[in-house]
Amino acid sequence: MADLSIDFAGIKSPNPFWLASAPPTDKEYNVRRAFEAGWGGVVWKTLGLDPHIVNVNGPRYGAIYGADRRLLGLNNIELITDRPLQTNLEEIKAVKRDWPDRAMVVSLMVPCEEWAWKQILPLVEDTGADGVELNFGCPHGMSERGMGSAVGQVPEYIEMVTRWVKQNTRMPCIVKLTPNITDVRQPAEAAYRGGADAVSLINTINSITSVNLDLFAPEPTIDGKGAHGGYCGPAVKPIALNMVAEIARNTETADLPISGIGGITTWRDAAEFIALGAGSVQVCTAAMTYGFKIVEEMKSGLSQWMDEKGHTSIAAISGRAVPNCSDWKNLNLNYVAKAKINQDLCISCGRCFAACEDTSHQAIGMSADRTFTVIDEECVACNLCVNVCPVEDCITMEAMAPGSVDPRTGKVVEEGFADWTTHPNNPAAVAAE
Amino acid sequence: MTRGTRIDGIAAGRLDEQQYTQNFGDLYAPLDRHEAQVASDRCYFCYDAPCVTACPTSIDIPLFIRQIATDTPEAAAKTIFDQNILGGMCARVCPTEQLCEEACVREAAEGKPVQIGLLQRYASDTVMAQGKHPFSRAAPTGKTVAVVGAGPAGLSAAHRLALHGHEVVLYDAKPKPGGLNEYGIAAYKTPDDFAQKEVDWLMQIGGITFRHEQKLGAQMTLDGLADAHDAVFLSIGLGGVNALGLADDGLDNVVDAVRFIETLRQSEKSSVPIGRNVVVIGGGMTAVDAAVQSRLLGAENVSIVYRRGQDRMSASAKEQDHARHEGVRLICNAQPVAVHADGVDFEYTADGPDGLTGTGEVFRLAADQVFVAIGQTLGEVGLDLDGRKIAVTGPGRTSRAGVWAGGDCAAGGEDLTVTAVAEGRDAAEDIHATLMNGA
Ligand SMILES: Cc1cc2nc3c(=O)[nH]c(=O)nc-3n(C[C@H](O)[C@H](O)[C@H](O)COP(=O)(O)OP(=O)(O)OC[C@H]3O[C@@H](n4cnc5c(N)ncnc54)[C@H](O)[C@@H]3O)c2cc1C
Ligand SMILES: Cc1cc2nc3c(=O)[nH]c(=O)nc-3n(C[C@H](O)[C@H](O)[C@H](O)COP(=O)(O)O)c2cc1C
Ligand code: SF4
Repeated sequence: MADLSIDFAGIKSPNPFWLASAPPTDKEYNVRRAFEAGWGGVVWKTLGLDPHIVNVNGPRYGAIYGADRRLLGLNNIELITDRPLQTNLEEIKAVKRDWPDRAMVVSLMVPCEEWAWKQILPLVEDTGADGVELNFGCPHGMSERGMGSAVGQVPEYIEMVTRWVKQNTRMPCIVKLTPNITDVRQPAEAAYRGGADAVSLINTINSITSVNLDLFAPEPTIDGKGAHGGYCGPAVKPIALNMVAEIARNTETADLPISGIGGITTWRDAAEFIALGAGSVQVCTAAMTYGFKIVEEMKSGLSQWMDEKGHTSIAAISGRAVPNCSDWKNLNLNYVAKAKINQDLCISCGRCFAACEDTSHQAIGMSADRTFTVIDEECVACNLCVNVCPVEDCITMEAMAPGSVDPRTGKVVEEGFADWTTHPNNPAAVAAE
Repeated sequence: MTRGTRIDGIAAGRLDEQQYTQNFGDLYAPLDRHEAQVASDRCYFCYDAPCVTACPTSIDIPLFIRQIATDTPEAAAKTIFDQNILGGMCARVCPTEQLCEEACVREAAEGKPVQIGLLQRYASDTVMAQGKHPFSRAAPTGKTVAVVGAGPAGLSAAHRLALHGHEVVLYDAKPKPGGLNEYGIAAYKTPDDFAQKEVDWLMQIGGITFRHEQKLGAQMTLDGLADAHDAVFLSIGLGGVNALGLADDGLDNVVDAVRFIETLRQSEKSSVPIGRNVVVIGGGMTAVDAAVQSRLLGAENVSIVYRRGQDRMSASAKEQDHARHEGVRLICNAQPVAVHADGVDFEYTADGPDGLTGTGEVFRLAADQVFVAIGQTLGEVGLDLDGRKIAVTGPGRTSRAGVWAGGDCAAGGEDLTVTAVAEGRDAAEDIHATLMNGA
């Protein structure tokens, strides 16, 4: 059996699945039940200084759905904890005492002044928590008050606050990054310079999920008005994956542990984040959609996959896909593929035909009896037919063997590697040595 | 149908080989991976899911479906087998339309439940096809347990006991293990010798010795078993059958439906003689199975006659539909009054406050064969009874210390494969707890 346990920046956990700082980790009742359900750790809902903030008393969430009303994206305008600091601290201490093997990380957001951090850190240390996460990500409400993403968008602030934290506590410090920036490497580097033990990402993305067309107001609507919120859930996973990869690939931050967050819903999503460099993963929306029990599938699935592939530990797979994250200019232009339709699996829906005929390269033929076949002379291997086909693996991309002739270009498929940097059409091409 | 269906009297080989193969193949084709993906996608992952509550073995259905959806059918199978080691058989024979699928919220929403049974089959078949047995035994405890009766209750108990490290001797009166899985369930629900394959797979746990043709009351006694073992689990099902209680019951053409099915299950289908006109008396699953399989063997006219109203039939609406679909005629509110060599006389009935009464209107149905499916009974066991079954408290404790019972022979629960599995499992846990406490 694969070993799912992790040591993330000095924080130990029996499995890499943590609940992200959010409603699921809002209070003792939730966190106890989450641990009973098998979660490896939690990042407690963000604490602030008293007087505690207040939330709106109307709807906080908006949603985007896929087929069958599957929740794909969630938007929220909730703030940090709306309970007194002392209440949270007492609960954290009680839960940690009863669950010593689980990771207990406490998320913090206090004003951008050193006294505030000096004040809160010893209180958190006293709970026996394993680490702190600095919430530099919250994109609504708190940012209007100079906290959350208002800090996360200014690398100098990140570095400064991280340094204060490192100077005032022995606890490992994770810096949670906002995706509402242009280049995520900058804040990550700043955190690293400030002495962060790890980064976590992503927090939510600025969003308006929908507009009420009767009220002409963004949803969720509070008394006729709406404000932008933070977007999360399966829809944000690709964005989060890319940001994680960017940091993992960056030589400046290559050894900075990453806790991957954003749309993780199944064991496979988690494995993908880990492959791109995450050492732990955090989940919010999936738990909010399906309840705590999904962690059972996440654990069984991850461990089955690891066993099947002979991976023995999380450390052994973490970052394994990073070397294969390349830049466009370095992709092999000598690699030629063609779509191939498996006629036994084809259900003759014609979606590939519509997509290719109307919007791509007119490379799929259709017969009177609805047999669909790829026209190799036209196919550029764009993958759109694969993407729109409702039957998995019915259409596949088959690489052409070197030496064979691509009927589209009439050229022989070359054996070697050649990318854009050496391509004759590239004005800046360097001659291949 | 070939001319063979119109040969008078009782005859074997009414159909050609190809028809037999087709008739006795899988009633419902298994799902392939694509179908399983699409079917699993419909599950809402309900909280405290009603389907789980409806499952006598409490399989975590939303979890295993999610595991299929995330392409780990092996993990799904483990979820199933943790609760129900005969999950493969149950996926085929459970009346899901009265259990999990009836409770599914999508049955309520759209009249189309998630296909739980077929999904369970997809997951369990995946693992069984790999020949993998995803359990290993605990260290030996030095205790031995006798399990009498190798049907679903006995197999489930034996596996759970062996898992906990006990030595199990599994006795059965019959030559083959499996109980009604092997000798009773309709052939088209479990083709390709699945019952024996499943037993072989289950036995991979180790620590279970099968002793065939050992009948309690003949080759062995309860006292003897209790002396030789640390505990005894009785799972002997219901071996006896109720008789019609008519004067001409003894006629050759009057056959107990369970015996007929047993012969059918153990024979080449083309060698099983079947009448041109068949009458089945009863209203349960056995009646439906006998009638449908009579048709599948080539009987021309097959009727099920049930003494009460259709709403009282214990066969589910789906089973009744299946019978009708196979060309079986359902006649309700009629009871047999006389059996003849070539037919049965029935009298219509009225179900009133004083029970069932004949109306005096009598009709005759032509019958070369009459299959009687009006319930099974328990033989003498020397334990306290509750009604006509062994009285049990809690997880199968009988009136005698050290002896547990479960499955059809024990009181409580419906007579279903899945219930037998649950009772066997729970009794095994109780036996384990008892033996280890005393240790
Ligand atoms: C025709 C028929 C069709 C059915 N179809 C379905 C169906 O589709 N779905 C469903 O869920 N249920 C069905 N059932 C019910 C289901 O088969 C039973 O509920 C289930 O098999 C009970 O399991 P068991 O282990 O208690 O008993 P059994 O399966 O009856 O097993 C009892 C075992 O004990 C052995 N035995 C009996 N007496 C002795 C003795 N004295 N000494 C030693 N061994 C003994 C027998 O040989 C047998 O192997 C059907 C039943 C019948 C009769
Ligand atoms: C209602 C809600 C409240 C949240 N509150 C916080 C918070 O207090 N602190 C924080 O760091 N992140 C907060 N988040 C962001 C989540 O921790 C997480 O980063 C984000 O939802 C992306 O993960 P997901 O796609 O799994 O939901 C919140 C998210 C939601 C939906
Ligand atoms: S009731 Fe239906 S939808 Fe709900 S968990 Fe069970 S199978 Fe899924």
